[in-house]
Amino acid sequence: MAKKTVVSFRLNGVETDVMVEPRELLIHALREQCVHTGPHIGCDTSHCGACTVDFNGKSVKSCTVLTVQAEGAEIITIEGMAQGGELHALQEGFMQEHALQCGFCTPGMITRAYRLLKENPSPTDEEVRYWMAGNLCRCTGYQNIVKAVQYAARKLRGEAVETSHPLLEEAGKPSEPVTA
Amino acid sequence: MIPRPFEYHAPTSLNDAVKLLGDLGAEAKLLAGGHSLLPMMKLRFAEPAHLIDLGRIDALRGIGIDGQVIRIGAMTTENELVWSELLQQHCPLLVEAARLISDPQVRYMGTIGGDISHGDPGNDHPALMICLDATFVLRGPQGERTVKAVDGFFLGTYTTALAPDEILTEIRIPIPAEGSGWCYAKLKRKTGDFATAATAVLLRMKGGQVEDVSIALTNVADTALKARDAEGHLRGKRLDEAAIGEAARLAMAICQPAEDLRGNVEYKTAMAGEMTRRALRTAASRVH
Repeated sequence: MAKKTVVSFRLNGVETDVMVEPRELLIHALREQCVHTGPHIGCDTSHCGACTVDFNGKSVKSCTVLTVQAEGAEIITIEGMAQGGELHALQEGFMQEHALQCGFCTPGMITRAYRLLKENPSPTDEEVRYWMAGNLCRCTGYQNIVKAVQYAARKLRGEAVETSHPLLEEAGKPSEPVTA
Repeated sequence: MIPRPFEYHAPTSLNDAVKLLGDLGAEAKLLAGGHSLLPMMKLRFAEPAHLIDLGRIDALRGIGIDGQVIRIGAMTTENELVWSELLQQHCPLLVEAARLISDPQVRYMGTIGGDISHGDPGNDHPALMICLDATFVLRGPQGERTVKAVDGFFLGTYTTALAPDEILTEIRIPIPAEGSGWCYAKLKRKTGDFATAATAVLLRMKGGQVEDVSIALTNVADTALKARDAEGHLRGKRLDEAAIGEAARLAMAICQPAEDLRGNVEYKTAMAGEMTRRALRTAASRVH
């Protein structure tokens, strides 16, 4: 076993130290040492993107980065998206547009979309699909994920947002008192 | 998923990296973007005792122009190629092709130098480098040497002319002639997959005839291939369907693909022909 070393990075704005063997993957340090268990593991061939985190301004698959490579890095995970209890526009968009079902791909999807919208605040649907192609989803068929990213893009641009989903729009309103 | 244990080194200068590699020898592997090496280590196909991370050597990054040559640092990432206005202006073939490599996350990490050094026939840069007549700068303990992509850099599956103590530091690409047509036609099962077959074309026309053409094939042999007979057939000819068809036939004649889940020998060979026809037609449409 190779000697363990201390690796220091900022995780969602918080100075963080972990002690790892060089072979330890970043996803394992995040989940097991930092207990940020939002990023998930969906494959072992770097395809699925469930482990995506924002790493020095890049979307990376944290299953294919060594923790020791994160020395001095700025890392954002799904746990860092909401601010002061307010959901990020993407989290709200995924909820409003019904863009998740089992929720396993969602942390990686949202973290990837976060960087995509920083790089391209007004993507076409085709651009959303192309630049989200590193993230697999088993449940949604992607259609509503595209809508959710567009919802968030509109909100982040300061435009009026409304869900394209009639039932969810209803659910977002104050509920009527239920009478027997 | 879990690699074997290894020692990790993160030199901050090229000299230190070369020295480390010289000292550690065959026990060590260079870590670039890590998106071929780490997957192999996670499956225990590769079990190096030392990793030398090149990620902290700034001198290995960047895209610039030096006279008539585009110089690309080996650690330049695929997305940096995709977003490069300099490449879009002077070498759009490389931009078009980089967009077809893997997926966004992988392109943030994977590097052009790693794609080339890996020597995987499935990778796209080897054929592109052959098509673009690139030269590779290799740095070892004895200093620097250069090897052209077409002159036997790619020796076999996962085997290149890189010596165990050498680092690919830079890729030099002659700027394609003004008005050249280009295309990278890639058949794949889905986004992010390696090619079933792909063809890179760079084309120059003069007076309605092919003045020069460069054609290279991806993933239809144990290395990327330069389709010399196809090129030779086209030079000095009008680029009509008969000439394109014959060039595709000559390209197919040098294919020796490996049968796998992407298809058998006949299918991959036929697709190499079809990608060659499409790449030639598209390149012709882009000549100006």
